Amino acid sequence: MGEFLLVTVQVDMHDRLAMSLQDDLTEKIVSSHARGVLIDISALDVVDSFIGRMLGNIASMSLVLDAETVVVGMRPAVAITLVELGLALPGIRTALSVERGMQMLRAGISAGQRAALKTGLDDSHS
Amino acid sequence: MGYNTQHHAFMEKSKIESNPKSLASLLAGNEAAVLERWRSSLFSENASRRSGIREADLKRQSGEFLTALRAALESDAGPNLQASAWDQTRGILSDISREQANQGASPSEVATFIFSLKESLFGLLQSEFADDPGRIAQEVWNASRILDRLGLLTTDMALKSREGTILRQQKEMLELSTPVVKLWGGILALPLIGTLDSERTQVVMENLLDEIVRTEAAIAIIDITGVPTVDTLVAQHLLKTVAAARLMGAECIISGIRPQIASTIVHLGVDLGGVSTKATLADAFAIALRRSGLSVCRAEASQKDSFGQ
Repeated sequence: MGEFLLVTVQVDMHDRLAMSLQDDLTEKIVSSHARGVLIDISALDVVDSFIGRMLGNIASMSLVLDAETVVVGMRPAVAITLVELGLALPGIRTALSVERGMQMLRAGISAGQRAALKTGLDDSHS
Repeated sequence: MGYNTQHHAFMEKSKIESNPKSLASLLAGNEAAVLERWRSSLFSENASRRSGIREADLKRQSGEFLTALRAALESDAGPNLQASAWDQTRGILSDISREQANQGASPSEVATFIFSLKESLFGLLQSEFADDPGRIAQEVWNASRILDRLGLLTTDMALKSREGTILRQQKEMLELSTPVVKLWGGILALPLIGTLDSERTQVVMENLLDEIVRTEAAIAIIDITGVPTVDTLVAQHLLKTVAAARLMGAECIISGIRPQIASTIVHLGVDLGGVSTKATLADAFAIALRRSGLSVCRAEASQKDSFGQ
């Protein structure tokens, strides 16, 4: 995908698999000089707070590596669950499809949002 | 003997000599006459009603019922209406109930259809056992007990069928009032009409989110012009829908907020949390177009001329 990485999350991802996903991803971002990461979760029918946090982590780590993240293909049921759980996934951009996600990445996230994400990182470290 | 002892003796006699069969054989010999008399009473009762049943239907229903009743009485099932001997009668009653309810009869009017048979039947019993008042009393009691139960059964049936209609109408209303329409490429509208309750709002939420995914619409306008009142629960549902849509990558605009609803929202302290709101659907559509990078412009002057304007 050129300068973008596409990650497709399959169902039933358990803890260790998710951790290794995070590690693999960060390595790949560096090795491929990717500027953007698209995480496709259209195969996920249900999401819990763990996956929510995982997505947040991936977004933060990518930003540190100067790559931006967009989550695509979120199913309505998943969105509703996240809302009910109160997980707003701050700093994560979402798009309805891979195509739109790529459009977003090409347009780039505004500097303001980038700054907001960085502030979030600082807070979590203090 | 005192009244109580007489009454007790009578009841005992009824139990021992409970004899629908004799009524059945009586009916067998006099069915036409009984039917005739019943029908004339039915017709006159029906004529005085605001919304009556068609006479042809009354005629058919009374005939079918009496035939079934006689057959059930001839079997030895007694007054227990749940016995299989009464299956056919119950089935016919169910049909009659439904037909009459469809023509506007109230549950008590349907029951009266059965009860009015008593007059005709008791007349027959009276003439048959004229010189045995004890026997008349007994037979009248037996017949009365059976007809009462049948009449009450029709009440239950009529009520059930009305409940069924109400449920069906509710379901239709639910389906009718949650359409998601496409205003433009990538712009959806959800015009809500009527009162929103929890169940409806949930259906609405799911519909909208599904449509957003299906059409990949980036903007959804939720128009509540047709919603008379909004309470906290409904407001929360709406806000959750907006949040879910945003998580998925679409933006929502709420339009058609009437002054009363605006003040309710403020009074309830509902936090709209940065959701765009517009007074009219038109304004919301204008914003949606702009956000989509579209604009509307006037047609060419030459085209105007060709329409003579």
